[in-house]
Amino acid sequence: MESDKNTAVISVIGKDRVGIIAGVSALLSENNININDISQTILDDIFTMIMLVDLKDNDIENSDIVEKLNALGDELGVTITIQHTDLFNRMHRI
Amino acid sequence: MITDFEILETMKMFNEQHLDIRTITMGISLMDCAASSVDECCDKIYDKIVRYAHDLVATGEAISKKYGVPIINKRISVTPIAIVAAACNTSDYTPFAKTLDRAAKACGVNFVGGFSALVQKGYTNSDMKLINSIPEALASTDFVCSSINLASTRTGINMDAVGDMGRIIKKTAELTADRDALGCAKLVVFANAPEDNPFMAGAFLGPGEPECVINVGISGPGVVKHAIESVKGADLGTVAETIKKAAFKITRVGELVAREASERLHVPFGIIDLSLAPTPEVGDSVARLLEEFGLETCGTWGTTAALAMLNDAVKKGGIMASSYVGGLSGAFIPVSEDEGMIAAAASGSLKLEKLEAMTCVCSVGLDMIAIPGDTSAETISGIIADEMALGTFNNKTTAVRVIPVPGKGVGDKVEFGGLLGYAPIMEVNKASCADFINRGGRIPAPIHSMRN
Repeated sequence: MESDKNTAVISVIGKDRVGIIAGVSALLSENNININDISQTILDDIFTMIMLVDLKDNDIENSDIVEKLNALGDELGVTITIQHTDLFNRMHRI
Repeated sequence: MITDFEILETMKMFNEQHLDIRTITMGISLMDCAASSVDECCDKIYDKIVRYAHDLVATGEAISKKYGVPIINKRISVTPIAIVAAACNTSDYTPFAKTLDRAAKACGVNFVGGFSALVQKGYTNSDMKLINSIPEALASTDFVCSSINLASTRTGINMDAVGDMGRIIKKTAELTADRDALGCAKLVVFANAPEDNPFMAGAFLGPGEPECVINVGISGPGVVKHAIESVKGADLGTVAETIKKAAFKITRVGELVAREASERLHVPFGIIDLSLAPTPEVGDSVARLLEEFGLETCGTWGTTAALAMLNDAVKKGGIMASSYVGGLSGAFIPVSEDEGMIAAAASGSLKLEKLEAMTCVCSVGLDMIAIPGDTSAETISGIIADEMALGTFNNKTTAVRVIPVPGKGVGDKVEFGGLLGYAPIMEVNKASCADFINRGGRIPAPIHSMRN
């Protein structure tokens, strides 16, 4: 089930404001992480964005990407998480 | 392609429903550590554990970061010390417990299990020495857990050992009286103990297990409760189906973590333990989950039926998610470690006798139950004997982990802290069973154990 691709899901949840997508995209670009897909909805003023990203040569556990995303989340007042795609494939696909 | 709905569902499981991996437990065989000198044997044990497990905690943390999955505990289980120490010229096994404690601290794990003996049919000299060392061993260590297998379906019940363990539990309580008998929280007796259990206090690496192995215990009562909430009022067939789906997803997370840990540590993957393990935190309770079935309070009529169905549905969903399922694999119903159980016991709805009935249909047994400090050793042995009979005659694992708290009685409360939680002291039937226990001997194996 695990793919060879080194991809991850980044999710951003919180109160909508100006600059969330810009902030997250800029951080990813600085860290050489490519965005493959992006979707976003606003429900009852709660902003939800889900990104599928290509980590390329980065890996989540040996880089400080989690810390950087957490710091950015604090700055923007949203919760940002990054999780390797294998988790979702495992849980939701047989 | 994974849908946004699935991603959000997963995120909610972790963020709101307390889904976590309860434990990655590394089993380490200590068979080759035997020596006639205590010091030499202890040195070998310490070196081997540290050599095999020094990366365990760091690996667990890396996996946790990669998948955003909390992994609460990293633990070690070892070959029963009664086997490892049998060749040593000593009658006091406390030094072995202290060595395990030192090794656990060096590796950064929070418990090490295996200060154990398997005496379902009788004692070896070494088993006797280990059992007599338990009170001092648990009083003088922080992270060591002890378990004794007293009975099995194939052998019957060793009633001499049942009698002895009543006294040992009392003595352990006395030696740790200053900490509300915390020693007893690290001591469990079993019928049909599994050899690959990753959960404490009962984890040990059985004699049939490999050199080193990774076993993983999942959790997730919150996720299952949430799933049942989504089918309010639906018939029980629908509820069973819903639980199965949730259990499948939970188990897959466990399987992923286990496989990855096994690969990174170069240690074979053993089993996933499909137990729903609660914590004292709100939202992580098996009792609340049972109440979601439609019970006013856990312990009322219908509780056993709901638990039986829950346990079965969790297994059916989980078994599809991993080819290697083992350990205890059933819902845990510890009292002090489950916020809803604590509330039910405190309100008087949940009594010891009902808990005993519940253990007929779930995995563990009378677990983390605080009882009055003046309960006699024979009465504790009687509680153990009944629970051993349930396991032996129903071909399942059962266990007893009761804590007779010195100086406290019904109406008082004990606080163990952390995952061990807190508990009201529960009432115990005061009529004596001493003459029964003092008969000793062995209860023969049940007729249905003759399968050949």
